[in-house]
Amino acid sequence: MKQSLRFLLLLFAGSLHAQSAQPAMADAMRSDGKIYVVVAVMLIIFLLLACYLVIIDRKITKIEKEIKAQIK
Amino acid sequence: MKYPAIKITGALLILYSIYAGLTGPVPRLDILNETIRNLYFHVPLWFAMLFQMGVSWVFALKYLNGYNPKFDIISSSAAITGGMFALPGILTGSVWANFTWGKPWVAEDPKLQGVMASALVYSVYYLLRALIPERQTKARIAAVYNIFAFVMTFVFILIYPRMNQSSLHPGNGGNPAFGKYDLDSNMRLVFYPAVLGWIIISAWLCDLISRHKKINYYLENNETIA
Repeated sequence: MKQSLRFLLLLFAGSLHAQSAQPAMADAMRSDGKIYVVVAVMLIIFLLLACYLVIIDRKITKIEKEIKAQIK
Repeated sequence: MKYPAIKITGALLILYSIYAGLTGPVPRLDILNETIRNLYFHVPLWFAMLFQMGVSWVFALKYLNGYNPKFDIISSSAAITGGMFALPGILTGSVWANFTWGKPWVAEDPKLQGVMASALVYSVYYLLRALIPERQTKARIAAVYNIFAFVMTFVFILIYPRMNQSSLHPGNGGNPAFGKYDLDSNMRLVFYPAVLGWIIISAWLCDLISRHKKINYYLENNETIA
């Protein structure tokens, strides 16, 4: 009984040690879920930039059509 | 808008890579820690840059075969777009290197030396274009120089670092590539869409620049090019 308990304790200590030896990651940042705020901000920034690209694209298309109409 | 489906797909792929890249699972590695997520944002810039320089090279060859000004416009737009992606590539690489390799510019690294050399090669390309006033002369000299420039860039960025004995970049100088063990299957699911997305966005930018140049060409010469 005592032997097995000691073995379990050792096993537990071993796993603890293994955990502390793992490379540090931003677990605390992720655990409370607020990383989604940062993701949302970045998505908004990129989405707006993409929308701006669409607007420029449409403006250029408009000018191209005007030039085509001018030639005819 | 030309090819709206492809362009929107590219934007969606990047949106996905931002979401999945920041929240998805990544392997736990020493030194790199969470910065391994930079793989989704720093590396695709270089893929897009190489793609644009390749497009520029192909259209330079096409231009020399018949001297159609349309191909020169596409070739120069692609070269400009490539440069536009190389600059953030260098800057984001510096930030990443500062926190993992200890300093923003590791001059001994062959990949960085190669990037610097090809940046110089393309600086000369932009200078040539800026300095020659006559349109046809400029186009012909730039196209011939472009053939040399892309081949040198290919050698400097993709071959020279691999010939070297040591490099901090993965996949170079005996250093294992991400593909070998760092890039696990979860990361591939984000990395490849990110690469594709940034390549599409770079093509979109190149499309915009070249169409703007075509309009300018019309205003200057009073004739259109299809």
